[in-house]
Parts: sequence; structure tokens; C-alpha cells
Amino acid sequence: MTDDRQPQETRALRLGVAGPVGTGKSSVIATLCRHLRDEFALGVITNDIYTDEDARFLRSEGVLPEERIRAVETGACPHTAIRDDVTMNLMAVEDLERDFAPLDIVLVESGGDNLTATFSPALVDAQLFVLDVAGGGDVARKGGPGIARADLLVINKIDLGQHVDVDVAQMVADAEKARNGAPVLPLSRKRPETVEKLCDWVRQLHASWTAGGHTPVDPGPMAPHHHAPGDTHDHDHGHRHAPGDTHDHDHDHDHDHGHGHTHAHGHAHSHSHSHD
Amino acid sequence: MYASSLRKAASGRPGAMTARAVLASELAANGRGSRVRTLRSDGPLVLRPCHPKGPEPLTDRRHDVARVALAAGTAGPLGGDSYALDVQVGAGSTLVLTEISAMLVLPGPREGQSRMSITVRVDDGATFVWWPQPIIAARRCDHRHDVRITLAESARMILREEMLLGRHGEAPGDFSGRLRITRGRAALYDQQLRFGQAWDGWNGAAVLGDAAAVGSIVAVDPCWTDMRPPALPFHKDAALMPLAGPGVAIGAVAPDSLALRHLLTRGLHQLGPPWAI
Amino acid sequence: MESLGSGGQAALLLLADGRLPAGGYAHSGGLEPAVAAGRVADVAGLERFLIGRVETAGSIAAAFAAAACARAGRGNLSDLAELEAELDARIPSPELRKVSRDLGRQLRRAMNGIHPHPHFAALGAAPHQPVVMGVAAAVFGLGPRAAALAILHENNAGAAAAAAKVMRVDPFEVHAILARMTDRLDCLAAEAAKAADGPTADLPASGSPLTDIAAEHHRRSDVRLFAS
Repeated sequence: MTDDRQPQETRALRLGVAGPVGTGKSSVIATLCRHLRDEFALGVITNDIYTDEDARFLRSEGVLPEERIRAVETGACPHTAIRDDVTMNLMAVEDLERDFAPLDIVLVESGGDNLTATFSPALVDAQLFVLDVAGGGDVARKGGPGIARADLLVINKIDLGQHVDVDVAQMVADAEKARNGAPVLPLSRKRPETVEKLCDWVRQLHASWTAGGHTPVDPGPMAPHHHAPGDTHDHDHGHRHAPGDTHDHDHDHDHDHGHGHTHAHGHAHSHSHSHD
Repeated sequence: MYASSLRKAASGRPGAMTARAVLASELAANGRGSRVRTLRSDGPLVLRPCHPKGPEPLTDRRHDVARVALAAGTAGPLGGDSYALDVQVGAGSTLVLTEISAMLVLPGPREGQSRMSITVRVDDGATFVWWPQPIIAARRCDHRHDVRITLAESARMILREEMLLGRHGEAPGDFSGRLRITRGRAALYDQQLRFGQAWDGWNGAAVLGDAAAVGSIVAVDPCWTDMRPPALPFHKDAALMPLAGPGVAIGAVAPDSLALRHLLTRGLHQLGPPWAI
Repeated sequence: MESLGSGGQAALLLLADGRLPAGGYAHSGGLEPAVAAGRVADVAGLERFLIGRVETAGSIAAAFAAAACARAGRGNLSDLAELEAELDARIPSPELRKVSRDLGRQLRRAMNGIHPHPHFAALGAAPHQPVVMGVAAAVFGLGPRAAALAILHENNAGAAAAAAKVMRVDPFEVHAILARMTDRLDCLAAEAAKAADGPTADLPASGSPLTDIAAEHHRRSDVRLFAS
């Protein structure tokens, strides 16, 4: 018996949670677990940049039994682990599905990366992309594959809008425009009605996936990098090249996660396969 | 390459020494305690029954065990010499093998490697405690050290090995030592250590770095078949590591022999009684 | 010994490529803990580290990949269990045994998606990486020497690539080390192929004490970029 393929009945809905660092991915997952754990059998895979901090956070929150939260270490390549080389994550999901069969939903949290990182459809069936108002009101307008084409865009921490001079309504409108009407969900842990909406979205997704009505959509590969004059997007923080501080051979990294550097990588992804 | 070719390697070199000593223990006739059955010294390899001297794991100061010390009758082995020691620990018996002094491996007056081949067989229900002194690979030596231990599945064993990279302040000669332990028919522990000019990379951070001493303790106990002591890196240069089979290895590197002995003893303490000394 | 000139070079490059989606990028081959412990601090130290690594753990991995390839090539898959056990005996650190088995599972998982073959199912639940590499090479029709070269290059280039993330080094200098090591890798692969058909007990067993010790520390470290 190899550990590679799951029998159909143990296959869970695999839901990815992506988004820049600090936008509250772990907190969104904790919220989902807390509200859905009585309805669904859940498991969580975290992808960490340093050790297994996110997994530890979720375990300490006590939202699920510890053994249902597993960490995958991505060797400082969080976007590689969800996009170019998903093997580690895929095996972690499959192991979890096998060890706690039958699971209904496995949540996969990407390591906090930049705006361009999205999950490969080889890894997840659906993904939500998390932004927060503290990251700036203009982030949603800039778009990018995750913002434009994730199954759901969550704009988190809306209760902070007034404190960071962000017009939440405008940010949501911008996001809706960037997404051509695809769903945008303003969220705050402090506003129960928004949390309930998030949970409803997941319930509907699970129902449609179970009924075979959900087809994984690839938000698409990383967006090419524009250098339009006066363009003040991700590059504001600068892409630092300290002497001797270098990038890996085939992909870039955020060493210090402060700068959202976007690059065209030329990966031609044509993921058309589904899981069985 | 190993025991079978040892005599050939030594023959034809005038002055080179070839020796093969044999040691065996068995359960005493009354079934209480162990006795030495065979004690055959050969040339420079002198085997002597002895009393407990320093602390030993498992058998500390007990008098109902067979206890033998190996004493070197001459310096060496030197280049060209080929020594062998065959040990058998008979069923149910306990044998403690110690060493009087460190083994100083030296270059010979002629070209050629020195070799030491040790085979040990530990039979059913037997216990083997091997507590030798360090091997010192002196400058320009060229030594091959080969230890093969075959354990019955119900046998217990603990051994210590310490290698010093040259005498104080000198660069080591060429040394290659292999310790292979099999249990039943399966390999349990197999490690070769090489250092000296003949090899590359041993002084890199993956192998020995700038250490001048390296050693290990390997303990095997059938009681550990289902559960072994947990791994414990107890010092930046030392760790206790459970093996894939019922054994543990304590590995350490150190700047000198004293620090090495200290680390290994500390690792042993992590195992608790009856291993700790 | 097989000739590389008779074809198969492209398959060898495929297997040895760090971009093969088998999760190798998450590991530094022990470099991160060596740097963290202050044992590798500059380019010269990095070169000694990499050479020491290929001459010890590398020679073992190469030999076991070659041996697995030779056995799989003959359809002799029942011998692989013995190779697994012999390799376990050569890795004192439980952490490194786990890393090798994790990487082996990942490589098999990837190969099952890339180039499925019944041989992969014959491997145990968590096969060691060199054994899977040997079987993968055989599945592509490659011989023991290519299998050894693939695992040597993958492991060595992977550790070297990690240098850019854990040290202040010029990437050209890192690759200059790799360039200087090409003959060494070829020699090690040739030796591995020579021993591939011999008794399993005689396969190399060259230990690397600091790598074992550092790996156990690394697992318990709170701040690390790489899984190993």
C-alpha cells in the first residue's frame, strides 16, 4: 500500500487561504475552525517561513485538537510550496485526510508572502485571498491574480478602517471592480454578522463541492511586473540587494517579508488536472 | 579488504608484526557468574584478567563477571603491522573488556599501513561491555581500524570509542575506522570515520570541523525494541540519538580528549541506571 | 558501467534538477545549522562543508542510489528492504533518517505524478530518498552511475543554493565551488556504480558526526528557515 493516492471517500474539500503577511490568515482560519468545527470534520495545514509558528498559534488558540493542525516547513519559499512544487503540502493534506478520515474540509494556510502568490489547483479546490485595511486602501485596486480571481476575497480588520485612514466602503468597491463582481467579503472578528457570512460562504462551497458543482479555478500564474512611470505599487519598499544577499536560482523570496516584490517568473502553468 | 586479507597485507614486510589474540567468556558451570574460557595473547596484544578499576556501565564493580584488560606489549601498531583480536561472549555470560592505556598508532620505519581488526560475537542473553582507552592517530600514521560486532537478538552491549586526531598540537596521520554492528541478521549501526591528509573534507563543518577529538558510545538493549530513549542534543557538540533498531548512539566532538570524555560521560548519564557511570 | 553517451542524459538532468517538484527546496542539507553554530562562516568554510558532505553522506547516498538502481533494473525489488535497513544503520541521527524518508516519500509522490511506474508502489511506506532516486533512475532506463550522479548533484546543489539564504555570499562564488566539485561528483558516482552489485554490507558507511549532532539541534531550534 503506497501512501500516495487517497480512496475517493477520504477526500476532503481542500480550501487554501492566501494573502500577504500580517493580514490575518491564521486568525481567519482560527475563526473558521471555531465556528465550523461542530458542523464539519476539519483539519489544518500551515505553511511557515520560520519554523512552525503559525501551527503553534492555532494550537494555542485551541480551535482544533492539536494533532489536526500540521505544519509544513517551506524552506523560505512559501510561494513555491503552494504553486511550483506543491508535493510537501499535497502529502501533508493527504496524510491528514488519511489519518483522520473522513475529513470534510482541510484548510491550507500559505506562508505569508506577497500579492502574487496563489495556490495551484493541484493543491486546493478553492482559495480565499485575505487582505486587510491596515495594508492600505489602494491594495485592492491594484489587483493581481489572488485579488482578482481567488474564489473569495476577504478584506479583514474592517473595524480598523477609521484608525488607518482607509475608506472601507471604497476599498470594497475597488476590490469588486478588480474582481468583475466576484465575491468580496468585508470581515472583522468583532462583527459577528461578517463572520457568519464567511462561514456561510464556506458552507455553500462545501455543499456545491460535495454535489460536484464546484470546479477548481486557477487564479493564474504570477502577474508580470510593471514598471509604469509614477507607479507606486508594491515596489515602494524597495527590493533590497544587500551585498552577498542573493536570491535562489529559480524564484525570489521575501527575506524580511516587508516588501511585496512581484516578478514574472515565466512559469507556464497549465494545471488542468483534478484530483482523484 | 577486511579481516580475510589482513595477514596477506602484513606478510612480506620484514620486521612487520602480525598478531591475533583470542578472548572468550562463558557462563560458569554452576550457572552463577561468568568466567573467561579462552585467553590467548599474541605478541604485542596481551590479555590479562583484571579487577574493576574505574567506573564501568552495566557491571560496575561486580565480581561475578569475566573482566579482561588489553595491554599493549609494545608501541604501535606501526606501519606494516597487522593486529587482530577475536572476542566471543558466550551465551548468558557477561564480559567486560577494558584497556590499560591509550593505543598510539604510529608510522613505521617502512612504508605501509597498520591495521587492527576486531571481531566480536555476543551470543544469546550475553552482555558485552567494551570500555577501551582512546586511539591516538599520531602524525604521519596510516591506520585502518575495523570493528565488526555480531549480536544475538537477546544480547546487550555497550561500547565506547574515542579517537584523537594526533598527539597534542600535531596534525593527525591518516586514519580510517569502521564500526559495524549487526543484530540478528540485520545491520544496526555502521559508521566509518576518516581523517587525515589522505581524505578530503573531514575538517569541514559537516564532518569534524576543527575538533581534535571525536568519539561515541553505542548501547544496545533488547528492552529498547519497542521504545528507545528519546533523542537529546545535550551540548552544542554532542547528542544522544536513538538508532532505528534497539540501540542508542551518543556522538561527540571536542577540542581535546578530556573534553570528549566529559561529553560522552554526560551523554551516558542521560540514559540513567544501569548505564550511567 | 553504462555510458552516459548512449542516451539518457536528458532523463538524468530531469532527475537531478532542483526544480523537480519533490520538495527539496525546503532543505539546506545541514548548512543552516552549521552556519547557525558558527562552524561555517565564509566561502572557504562553505567549500570544506560541501566537500565533507559529499565525501561522507554523499558517498553513502550515491552508493545506495546506485545499488537500488541496479536492483530495480533487474526487477529485483525484494532486495530494497535490505537497502533501507542498511541505510538506517548508517544514519545515527533520527532526525536525518526522518528527513531522508520524508524526501523519499516526496520524490516518490512526485514521480507517481510525473512518470508513474509499478516499481514505485513496491517501495515501503516511507522509503529513503536515495533508494527512490535509484528506482526512479531505473524506471527511466538509467544505470547505477546516473542514479548516483543524480542524487549527488541534487543534494549538493541544494545545500549550495541554501548558502545564498543563510550566509552573506556571492552566488557566483557558490557556483564556482560547485564547478570545482564536478570531477569529485563524477568520481564518487563511478565508485558508487562499482560497488552497486556487491554485498549491501560493503556499501560505504562514511559518517559525519557534526552533521548528526547539528541536525538534532536544528529540529529543536525556534528560528530556522529550512526544515533541515
